[in-house]
Amino acid sequence: MLRQMPGTLARRPAIATFAAVSKPETLDDTPLLPPQFLRWFQDKGWSPRQHQLDLLREADAGNSALLIAPTGAGKTLAGFLPALTDLATRGKGNAPGRGIHTLYISPLKALAVDIQRNLAKPIEEMALPISIETRTGDTPAFKRQRQKLAPPDILLTTPEQLALLIASKDAARFFEDLRYVILDELHSLITSKRGHLLALGLARLRRLQPGLQAIGLSATVAEPDMLRQWLVPQLESQNGSAALASLIVVEGGARPDITIMKTEDRVPWAGHSAVYALPGIYDAIKAHGTTLIFVNTRSQAERLFHDLWMINDDNLPIALHHGSLDVSKRRRVEQAMAANSLRAVVATSTLDLGIDWGDVDLVIHVGAPKGASRLAQRIGRSNHRMDVPSRAILVPANRFEVMECQAALDANYLGAQDTPPLGVGALDVLAQHVLGMACAAPFVIDELYAEVRTALPYAPLARETFERIVQFVATGGYALKSYERFAKIRQTADGSWRVTHPRVAQQYRLNVGTIIEAAALTVRLTRRSGKGINVRGGPVLGKVEEHFLEALAPGDTFFFSGRVLRFEGIRENECLVSEAKGFDAKIPSYAGGKFPLTTYLADQVRAMLADEERWRALPEQVSDWLRLQRDKSTLPQPGSLLVETFPRGNRSYMVAYPFEGRLAHQTLGMLLTRRLERARARPLGFIATDYAISVWGMRDLGKMFRSGELPLADLFDEDMLGDDLEAWLSESFMLKRTFRNCALISGLVEKRHPGQEKTGRQVTVSTDLIYDVLREHEPDHILLQATRADAATGLLDIGRLGVMLGRIKGHIVHRDLDRISPLAVPVMMEIGKERVPGEAHDMLLEEIAEEMTREMTDHR
Amino acid sequence: MNMAALDIAPVPAGAAELDLAGHRLVCDPAGAIYLPEDGLLVVSDLHLEKGSSFARRGMLLPPYDTLTTLAALARLIGRYRPKSVLSLGDSFHDGEAATRLTPESASHLMTLMRGRHWIWITGNHDPHHPGALPGETCAELALGGLVFRHEPTRNAPAGEIAGHLHPAARIVWRGQAVQRRCFATDHSRMIMPAFGAYTGGLNIMNRAFHGLFDLAALSAYMLGKDRIYRVNRSYFEPAPRF
Repeated sequence: MLRQMPGTLARRPAIATFAAVSKPETLDDTPLLPPQFLRWFQDKGWSPRQHQLDLLREADAGNSALLIAPTGAGKTLAGFLPALTDLATRGKGNAPGRGIHTLYISPLKALAVDIQRNLAKPIEEMALPISIETRTGDTPAFKRQRQKLAPPDILLTTPEQLALLIASKDAARFFEDLRYVILDELHSLITSKRGHLLALGLARLRRLQPGLQAIGLSATVAEPDMLRQWLVPQLESQNGSAALASLIVVEGGARPDITIMKTEDRVPWAGHSAVYALPGIYDAIKAHGTTLIFVNTRSQAERLFHDLWMINDDNLPIALHHGSLDVSKRRRVEQAMAANSLRAVVATSTLDLGIDWGDVDLVIHVGAPKGASRLAQRIGRSNHRMDVPSRAILVPANRFEVMECQAALDANYLGAQDTPPLGVGALDVLAQHVLGMACAAPFVIDELYAEVRTALPYAPLARETFERIVQFVATGGYALKSYERFAKIRQTADGSWRVTHPRVAQQYRLNVGTIIEAAALTVRLTRRSGKGINVRGGPVLGKVEEHFLEALAPGDTFFFSGRVLRFEGIRENECLVSEAKGFDAKIPSYAGGKFPLTTYLADQVRAMLADEERWRALPEQVSDWLRLQRDKSTLPQPGSLLVETFPRGNRSYMVAYPFEGRLAHQTLGMLLTRRLERARARPLGFIATDYAISVWGMRDLGKMFRSGELPLADLFDEDMLGDDLEAWLSESFMLKRTFRNCALISGLVEKRHPGQEKTGRQVTVSTDLIYDVLREHEPDHILLQATRADAATGLLDIGRLGVMLGRIKGHIVHRDLDRISPLAVPVMMEIGKERVPGEAHDMLLEEIAEEMTREMTDHR
Repeated sequence: MNMAALDIAPVPAGAAELDLAGHRLVCDPAGAIYLPEDGLLVVSDLHLEKGSSFARRGMLLPPYDTLTTLAALARLIGRYRPKSVLSLGDSFHDGEAATRLTPESASHLMTLMRGRHWIWITGNHDPHHPGALPGETCAELALGGLVFRHEPTRNAPAGEIAGHLHPAARIVWRGQAVQRRCFATDHSRMIMPAFGAYTGGLNIMNRAFHGLFDLAALSAYMLGKDRIYRVNRSYFEPAPRF
């Protein structure tokens, strides 16, 4: 297990090969470990592992280091060894007035708690004078206060708490003895806005403590150098080479044993349910001790759990676990899991990171893995002993996913795992940080600018942009200078910026962080009486986001908490449900949980399609399908874009295969329909999947392309990312949603806090309204720039779309067919199932008006 | 039913017409009503300077809401050329808001007011006459069978037109939800939508509306992009959040 003591692992023969990129100073094992550690290891009959010693040596030399190790290699303890040995030898701990020695930061609160438990034992057994405490959002106020007065030697915390600590007036004193900062699960932390906030926090810690050493712990990643850079200050590069932390790599142990589920049944063309494979999944559960079954979305988890129980003739203990379930339910499942009393758990990404329990001997992954590193993380879940291969079975839900699984499988063997790009430091996060720094102490713009740029994501930040952010924090940064007297921070005579009022710091503390929780409603089970519902009583089942409920009307049914529920209505902040009679439910699709295909995996799938040699690895029904496509149309090639047109019913269809993921395709669809509209092709709609996009309309699109009336090169020209994009964005609800996040993170508007939800109408202003007004008067405002930059990589994936359009320029292959092609079948089957939310509201009202007119005529 | 109302001239495109206590009302999709017989334009809940009101408390919202609201009002005045304009309370977001108008906003407002009879109805946000601005201020105004006041009253006789509650209707249709500001009316009384750029909507299923309408006759005249959509009560959905 990951959080195990090193001994249990070291007792086995060392399977892990070791590769230290930085040169070991000496080859003989200089007594890096103090006597009490050596004795402790001896008493246990263990010996320290190579990478643990390597990390000690790097730390001893004053270096920051990145430790990359697969799960099960004992990397967390390795990360703490330098701190423990230093603390053990520095003399009496807890000397009065002494500050924090080591800061440990993890993405999950639960991880911090777990680590505390695991470190307590060796510290106690060695009688080390070391105090360890956690500090999370759950830590009571009195304890936090006490921690400030009498800090522990080691503090285990989260990025948000770090932001709060460095924004306090006594930060300098609190951190004056800081020597190490340990960053766990670094690969998962750094690519998000949370990572940006953490990078800025680390920059501040280094300013407070220039000798600070960072120790990063990460799972295997494709680009370790990015993480190595992230750990150390990025100063103006001398001779163009970036500063890097030392690297210690523990190679993976036994190769994982991964297979794709073979089935007699037909693999479906489209869809995500994998119902066809249920008997196979059930047999696999029966054949193993404990199985973890991963799916990509919550609704898939609910569905699969439900379906498994329908065929669970042996009454195997199968449980369900996802982030929306009530905490007590989740804890019960976790406990049962730890006690090995479950045979299977159906889970979503809540189990992706961190804590491991029980003896899982099989991981089943249903649906496409979407990103190879996600797959690696999930497979690592089974069997945390490095010498025994992990067992995993992939269950693709449709034919494209068969290819995707095969590609992911190849990627896993090659070890070529991807992490999403680091991203340029988000400006809303920067705004939050700037205010926090003003709360800590007055700042001078030159110094803070220099400090911020030592953080890797903000290294390219322009001075002018930074100044605009400071202006934004001060007075909103508007062209109309009417808020000078309401400034939050103000430049004083000595040139430094300071907060204008203690209230500002208070506001900052309440709004810190980058995780925007979607407003969620408690789901409460009630009994249905004759009329109305029994409002009292009934257990809480969990929470659902409000947008999940947006489209539910009373009487609709959905899967939740392993049951079929009937939506009764909303009262206060509770969603009232009752047990539904039937076995089937309408599951509202919701996009939140769907991960788009990563660029890397998309490349792999494209390459596989084009290479008939590689089809042999695919099931026969899939390779047959590809051969059919080759004969009836043509296969998409890596360097080009295949566009097919064909008639069907009384419509003309165009199907393109960019393989750029659902988000980029949705954006493409919006833009293509606008252009087709202008070209009078009379488009009616479009549908996007991870692999393809289909647009349909009234006029013969194939003919329009062939005749040159509308050349395909023009339709797919990159300039669609200019005016068309701008015009569409102005109405796009997705941009408004992105703006909302930016407004919250940057501190333009305040977060809603539980318990202080407003009932009045005047206390909050909808960010949609703010967006409209700001866009009308100041379209280049810094926050709108931040929003567009976010959307480009986030919900709209414009960045990826742009790369694709550039790549296929001059390489569009058109096939005008007289009927649907084999490859087009999956995307065509999605038509009518999916919808793009939020775009056609006035059309909707129109329809209702018509419907009502019809009703009235009928009743007359 | 009055579905053919759109045929009767001279209702501008997209507006809806209805009868309230013997008066003909034109509901404009911008969220105002116009009484052709009286040459009166009515808007409610402008909440001018709401942005700067928030800025005072540390939320530095874009300071352009007044400009946006006044521009929308200017378009309406251009369309109907009213003899009189009535602002149905909460015209300003707080007691000092009128003094915070930027010179540009103040002169824009003065231009709109010039040559017109202008009535400020007081509201809970602005219980007094707005600073040095012209116009006449009163708590309520009776006009024929109509009574204009800011806060709707329970058991009011027919003909009350009020604001204050910012009504919005939400409907779910074919799996999609849409919420819009609306005129809420049972054809005996009416509650107007809020007009200000930073004013949102309160779902008309909210308890604040309880007891105000004859439910059987309640309709929402929802504000579409450029027309009014009338929707019956049976289609209303409660708000998913609070």
